Amino acid sequence: MFFWSGNIAVAEGALRAGVNFYAGYPITPSSDLMEYMARKLPEHEGIFIQGEDEIASINMLIGASIAGAKAMTATSGPGYSLMQEALGLAVMLEVPLVIVDVMRLGPSTGQATKSAQGDIMQARWGRHGDQYTVVYTASTLEDAYRRMIDAFNASEMLRVPVTFVIDELTAHLWETVRIPSDIKIFNRKWTDKDEVYFDSEEFDEIPPMPILGRGLNILYTGSTHDGRGVRKTQDVQVHSKLSRRLKEKVWRNIDKIFKYETYPDEIDGYDIGIVSFGSVARSAKEAVEKLNNEGYKTSLFNLHTLWPLNYDILREFCEKASIIIVPEMNLGQLIYDIYSVKKREDVYPYNKVGGGVPVFPAEIFKYVLKVYRR
Amino acid sequence: MSHPYIKYMRRELLPSIFCPGCGIGIVMKALFQAFDELDIEELSNYIFVSGIGCSAWIPSPYILADSVHTIHGRAIPVATGIKLFRPQLNVIVIGGDGDIASIGGNHLLHAARRNMDLMTIMVNNQVYGMTGGQLAPTTPYGMKTTTTPYGNPETPLDTCEVVAAAGANYVARWTVGHYIQLKNAFKKALIKDGFRFVEAVSQCTSRVSYREGMSAADHIKYYMKNSVNIKKVQSLSYEEKIKKIIVGEYADRGLPGYLARVKKVIIR
Repeated sequence: MFFWSGNIAVAEGALRAGVNFYAGYPITPSSDLMEYMARKLPEHEGIFIQGEDEIASINMLIGASIAGAKAMTATSGPGYSLMQEALGLAVMLEVPLVIVDVMRLGPSTGQATKSAQGDIMQARWGRHGDQYTVVYTASTLEDAYRRMIDAFNASEMLRVPVTFVIDELTAHLWETVRIPSDIKIFNRKWTDKDEVYFDSEEFDEIPPMPILGRGLNILYTGSTHDGRGVRKTQDVQVHSKLSRRLKEKVWRNIDKIFKYETYPDEIDGYDIGIVSFGSVARSAKEAVEKLNNEGYKTSLFNLHTLWPLNYDILREFCEKASIIIVPEMNLGQLIYDIYSVKKREDVYPYNKVGGGVPVFPAEIFKYVLKVYRR
Repeated sequence: MSHPYIKYMRRELLPSIFCPGCGIGIVMKALFQAFDELDIEELSNYIFVSGIGCSAWIPSPYILADSVHTIHGRAIPVATGIKLFRPQLNVIVIGGDGDIASIGGNHLLHAARRNMDLMTIMVNNQVYGMTGGQLAPTTPYGMKTTTTPYGNPETPLDTCEVVAAAGANYVARWTVGHYIQLKNAFKKALIKDGFRFVEAVSQCTSRVSYREGMSAADHIKYYMKNSVNIKKVQSLSYEEKIKKIIVGEYADRGLPGYLARVKKVIIR
């Protein structure tokens, strides 16, 4: 058992996953994670460097990962925005890396030290062009530890950059953490043979990464390229196949990356559903308990993977309830996914932003009763 | 008989995309001759990193070695990541003046300050060539470009002076007309530690030479005539200086590079 903050739990998860390269730039509320890594990484034979900005940091990650590192950074909304272009490059080069986005209140500098959940869309769609990555989150510190390992595993398995978003409330929450015993670590496939590194027969197969410095004459490029990395900037077929493969390699492996939890574990029928994540899901849990105690059969769907979503599982959960409540610490981002699996008039948003004030259990309880009795 | 330096190139991708008369070919030959004279027969221990622009095409795809072609301005941090994780590899950044000194200027400054163990080659054609001939931070004062149709009101950046001031181990500028000096600068830079920066002033025939009514050869002659060695610069006023191309070595130091300094502070 350890007594950790959320940011420490995330860092410890990363160390367990085998992180050995960190580049980052100070930004509230992620700086304490960076400071922790600055101390810990040299002890783990890893490399730590403070970049001149977030753009440098994320690009250093790309270089390090190509060179063989399990690389990560931590940042917050504004820094995450600066990283988006390079994240697109990581998608195109198929370079594994993990970014932690400790979500603070925007837009812009907003209320820089305050908690929010406003980066969901940025994490999914922040880049130009079609591109698909994976987004994890957590509401407890044990989840944070686990999901950070999942983030590295998914990144290594799929050769994609993965974002781990955590709201400031969870990042700076302190609680005891029990280290799970069932941890599995996945390492990417490497090759030192002259073969295809940027293409595969089947879309769910992931090509191996070539080892630098072995005379393979590797061509990594952010331009459209064929399986050997040769630029094909005019070829319709090559681009069409490449972009589809980059999408499908993520979606067709959704069973391996989609993590969630329903609460209570066992419930024989419920009429009210709540879909949430992060600190809000924590409050929702307490609200669900109270609602069930008072005879309102309620279930919580706590998302640990925010992208890609397994819409079949989500639909099945939502169909069993007559109404779905979506509380978020933003003005409504996750709710658009729920609209796609449930009739709009049966979906109720509960949005709260400002001052980093949590969504309290009592608020969710009251709101559920208000809309349920309507 | 094939060219003696074709061994460093991806022959199957030739002819190159470079415009007729472009100075890049001279820069490439000088670099290859430097490798050859250092008895570096093949480049499997060299990683080339480039960004966006004509010069970024030099290593990717034309040099027969591992290369990483990244986004605009970010070749230096990507190269830094590679070097930090695999210090035994030699990492070389090649880019243009827009890529290295404008959008990537901050990374250049800090790589020099860290004395990061990288070699950077900046091919300076004083213009944005690939995008059609727009103003660059290195465009001479008064020169017409597509975005300064009335003449450039800005002062060009002396990139070498900035890089030398920031603490790089080796800094030199030559024009492609100074072929031997350029090749020797590459040779020096290849075998040193720390941050090494070689700027090659190189004509853009498609965007500049023709506008100024010059052939490629005229342009090189113009560079030669308009160059002044750094040893003779002190007698010039600032106004005179910014009109000239200063050539020569701005710095040649033996300071410990970043990797050596890290080893000193972190004793495992």
